[in-house]
Amino acid sequence: MTIADDLRSAAATRILIKDGPYGTAIQGLGLEEADYLGGLELNRDQKGNNDILNITRAEAIRGVAQSYVDAGADILATNTFNANRISQADYGAEHMVREINLAAAAIIRDVVDRASAVDGRQRFVAGSLGPTNKTLSLSPKVEDPGFREVDFDGVKSVYREQIDALLEGGVDFILIETVFDTLNAKAAAFAATEAGDALGREVPVMLSMTLTDLSGRNLSGQTVEAFWHSIRHVKPVAVGLNCSFGATELRPHVVALAGAADTLIQVYPNAGLPNDLGEYDELPETTAKLIDGWAQEGLINIVGGCCGTTPAHIAAMARAVAGRSPRNVPEKGAMLRLSGLEAASFAA
Amino acid sequence: MTEVMVRRFINIGERTNVTGSAKFKKLILNGDFAAATEVAREQVENGAQILDVNMDEGLLDSEAAMVTFLKLIAAEPDIARIPVMVDSSKWSIIEAGLKCLAGKGIVNSISMKEGEEIFLHQARTIMRYGAAAVVMAFDEEGQADTAARKISICERAYKLLTGIGFPPEDIIFDPNVFAVATGIEEHDNYGVDFIEATREIVKRCPHAHISGGVSNLSFSFRGNEPVRRAMHSVFLYHAIQAGMDMGIVNAGQLDVYENIDSELREACEDVVMNRAPANSNLSPTERLLEIADRFKGGEAAVKVAAEWRGWPVQKRLEHALVMGLDADVVSDTEEARHLFARPIEVIEGPLMAGMNVVGDLFGAGKMFLPQVVKSARVMKKAVAHLLPYIEAEKSAGSSSKGKIIMATVKGDVHDIGKNIVGVVLQCNNFEVVDLGVMVPFQTILQAANDHGADMIGLSGLITPSLDEMVTVAKEMQRAGMTMPLLIGGATTSRVHTALRIAPAYAGPVVHVLDASRAVGVAGTLVSDTLRDDFVAQTAVDYELARARHGRGQSKLESLEAARANAFHPDFEAHPPVQPAWTGVQTIDDVSVADLVPYIDWTPFFRAWELAGQYPALLDDEIVGAQCRELFADAQEMLAKIVDEKWLTPRGVLAIWPARREGDDVVLFGDEARGEALARLPFLRQQVAKREGRPNSCLADFVHPEADWLGGFAVCCGEGIEPRLAQFKAEHDDYQDILLKALADRLAEAFAEYLHARLRREFWGYGADENLSNEDLIKERYSGIRPAPGYPACPEHSLKSVLFALMDVEKRAAITLTDSFAMWPTAAVSGFYFAHPQSHYFGVARVGPDQLAEYATRRGVSLEQAETWLRPNLD
Repeated sequence: MTIADDLRSAAATRILIKDGPYGTAIQGLGLEEADYLGGLELNRDQKGNNDILNITRAEAIRGVAQSYVDAGADILATNTFNANRISQADYGAEHMVREINLAAAAIIRDVVDRASAVDGRQRFVAGSLGPTNKTLSLSPKVEDPGFREVDFDGVKSVYREQIDALLEGGVDFILIETVFDTLNAKAAAFAATEAGDALGREVPVMLSMTLTDLSGRNLSGQTVEAFWHSIRHVKPVAVGLNCSFGATELRPHVVALAGAADTLIQVYPNAGLPNDLGEYDELPETTAKLIDGWAQEGLINIVGGCCGTTPAHIAAMARAVAGRSPRNVPEKGAMLRLSGLEAASFAA
Repeated sequence: MTEVMVRRFINIGERTNVTGSAKFKKLILNGDFAAATEVAREQVENGAQILDVNMDEGLLDSEAAMVTFLKLIAAEPDIARIPVMVDSSKWSIIEAGLKCLAGKGIVNSISMKEGEEIFLHQARTIMRYGAAAVVMAFDEEGQADTAARKISICERAYKLLTGIGFPPEDIIFDPNVFAVATGIEEHDNYGVDFIEATREIVKRCPHAHISGGVSNLSFSFRGNEPVRRAMHSVFLYHAIQAGMDMGIVNAGQLDVYENIDSELREACEDVVMNRAPANSNLSPTERLLEIADRFKGGEAAVKVAAEWRGWPVQKRLEHALVMGLDADVVSDTEEARHLFARPIEVIEGPLMAGMNVVGDLFGAGKMFLPQVVKSARVMKKAVAHLLPYIEAEKSAGSSSKGKIIMATVKGDVHDIGKNIVGVVLQCNNFEVVDLGVMVPFQTILQAANDHGADMIGLSGLITPSLDEMVTVAKEMQRAGMTMPLLIGGATTSRVHTALRIAPAYAGPVVHVLDASRAVGVAGTLVSDTLRDDFVAQTAVDYELARARHGRGQSKLESLEAARANAFHPDFEAHPPVQPAWTGVQTIDDVSVADLVPYIDWTPFFRAWELAGQYPALLDDEIVGAQCRELFADAQEMLAKIVDEKWLTPRGVLAIWPARREGDDVVLFGDEARGEALARLPFLRQQVAKREGRPNSCLADFVHPEADWLGGFAVCCGEGIEPRLAQFKAEHDDYQDILLKALADRLAEAFAEYLHARLRREFWGYGADENLSNEDLIKERYSGIRPAPGYPACPEHSLKSVLFALMDVEKRAAITLTDSFAMWPTAAVSGFYFAHPQSHYFGVARVGPDQLAEYATRRGVSLEQAETWLRPNLD
């Protein structure tokens, strides 16, 4: 059995729990520049570079991961959302990418393996890939819509560097998350396939889209069904939605995706919508109740939290969905499934 | 609705192709990408479903042009909406294009011309970018010209591609359209080669699509556009019937099949189909050449172009609609408006007359989608011009009693009943917002909000729709709505509404038995004085119904006990009869006229809520006059359906070697009954029976060792859509409903007809039966044909098994929705059991033991089985 088979068989019996965010947890630690920089010799300020903490404050990251394990998470992501050459360039730390990802993967692998050694329950490590702050489908220049800051092969090689290090560090899956531009995600998935070629095995991927407006489209304009058609070729072990809004606003789009996708559905929303100060007020029980609503409707296989959620939110979710049946992965017949910004299907 | 139900032909926009459009080429060469983007926008607006982009031009940096253009259109939401086809003969350009597509597009094209290795490398790369591929019928030897070569190359490519995991549905074969009538004898059969190859490739390569560039065909008539257009239309007419389902076609390169000069059309038919011309000893090419010059420069067309503006306005409007000419339509419409008393009459009169012509031609496969879209645009322009006048007229009228949103729920496509209710409500001054069929709950709730509706009416015919109605009710509750929810449709009932739907929604939920009650119920619900009492009374009634449910029901036996009381046919007296033929075949040699004698009219009247037996109904004291009038209208339309070939019956028939294993019937590919083709799990009655009455299951009728089972799917919906669209546009609900009801009856008649042929001919066990039509309707023959979703076989999902076994989508163009409703709706499918003691029965309620076992036998989860069997569970 491959690790993907393990995940699928665990997901066939119950709804699995994914962890919550690192950002919110790290914010709570009140770290200063010196904490971030540690003993590294870097020319720019590092405060805010949460990914560098995998090296400089490994224990803090370990602590966050442990708190999610304690809350009942089955799937733990690495703290590597920005650990790619494009994002790290903002901190003058692009030469640290490999090291950051190796360290990050090692921390979570260790936390997870120790926990599993204690209770015998299998847990999974997902190597997190963020969208970078450059987009392949949109021009940053209003007057020049054909302009792009990056190209496909460039983005692909940036992701490849990160993926190689994560796999070397021992992650089970590559989690391409917060996808606001589907083409970036396709480049990341392509890189994962090539990384698998180099290793002589398949590298299982999970993809998670983020929506930028309530009508259910991402930044590059795709609907959730169009997104699914665009990435179905990599046979993701799970597909879903994260961030975007709270569970209430996300729900219709979860319904649409759950109906379209013939793979596991993984959703990790924010703790509601932010208040005027940009803070999340939604209580763990509130989030958990909304998530349980999805569970009762058979919409989900894996749930977790994004911005504003805490270990208490994850624990509340785990309690709420315990014993609920997971969604049945539907079988989809053969059909030419294409997409632009919208999905188009043609029966043969 | 994103999942497209029926697509006979996928239209690829080709104006953004430098090799096909001189205008586009000039824009790109001049670097005018802004104007080039507008060309793409026009293509999408004109109905292109896929946008072909080709930059293969010697004077151009093609790769840069491809990338620039794709990035630019990505920034235009109304263009980027549809998928892109990256078209180039150079692989590097294709790959550069794929790197710009966020969506899933199509590569055009790859082939085996440089050997298998390169072909497979390119295919693997395409899989990684996530795209479909056009595969040319081209191998190391060159392009395939004969049908045999086209077939063998495509089959070889198909095997190679599926061998590396390339999804078969992502393969689009282009079997090469070559020029005919070139004067070289070897070229004469190229049209036939393409059409014949297409017919065979779709058979041998399941799920693959067939495409082609049509304009190559007429290459030898360059400069003679009228002849070229005629050739394209004739060719497409035949190729689509053979299975071509995609193509690069420009509306401007086509003629309306019917409008082609008959002499020219005949000559084109001869050239395309390589037939010897009638009454001439010339070859097809010589014959076309002989007459071609007369059409050159479109003398006739030019004459018409000059002339038609001088015709009377009605005739001008019709001509504009058929030809898709919108330049003068507004002024012509304005002129027509002054000729009629009311602006609506312009729509009902000349405009609909023109659209009827378009609809007829489209229905007959003689006009193609791009042309119809153009016609529709002309119509829209005309109607838009008239609308303000129609509105102005209306405001003088009375205000509506209330607004009701009506929809057939998601997964269901049946709408006769809903349309009848809609008409009745409208006649009673309700404003009806009809959302159509297959409507998801989001759309229903949204529409209710947007329109400030007073109530929502849901309809459905098949049992899975019951669940979907519960979903809608739940969602209304979740959204905090309070407006009344009306439930109707053949499968709905007061008990189901009380038991399942009403508890899901706190607002009023009312089951409406039929259209005649709809007005009363709707009227009460909008009345200030009557509403509260009615709502309270209904709630009490439903509470009582819930309380009563479960009481007085007969006991359920265990599955084991039910099996012990199975029905045992007398196989000794009536051993299974070896069929004259086994296999699967398409039935397309049947005309509507053949079916008319088999029509059972009683259900037709029931569809109109006229209860009673035909023909006694016609003399009924109360409804007799009404029935006679309806019957006369039905006969009139039926005559038109027959004479004008409105509907094309098509079906599939199969007989398989089979045997019973427990409650399953196992089907085999041959008489050896080795490896099973499929296993059909049937349900057994579990309700406790009186002494001597069996607990039946359809499997009981099949011999446990060697027997046979038949399958069928028939459809009379082909051709109906354009008619219905016409009636809808005409706001003629009567004709709309009449046609649907007749098509339904014809489908049933087809099933009866085919059953008769099965008994007499294909299976042959009733070769000597001699029954009248009345005997047939009363089912005085041997054997039954139960259908999935009906009482003896209540689980709808068996249709998907049956459809896969018989390849029904391909052979009869019937598709299944997520809830296993058939589309077109005028379709019937089921199984043939031959044993003379086989009989219809109702499975009715089943217990948890059978549910659990059924889930295992059907290979689905318990939850899934529960959903499917919900109506049969306590």
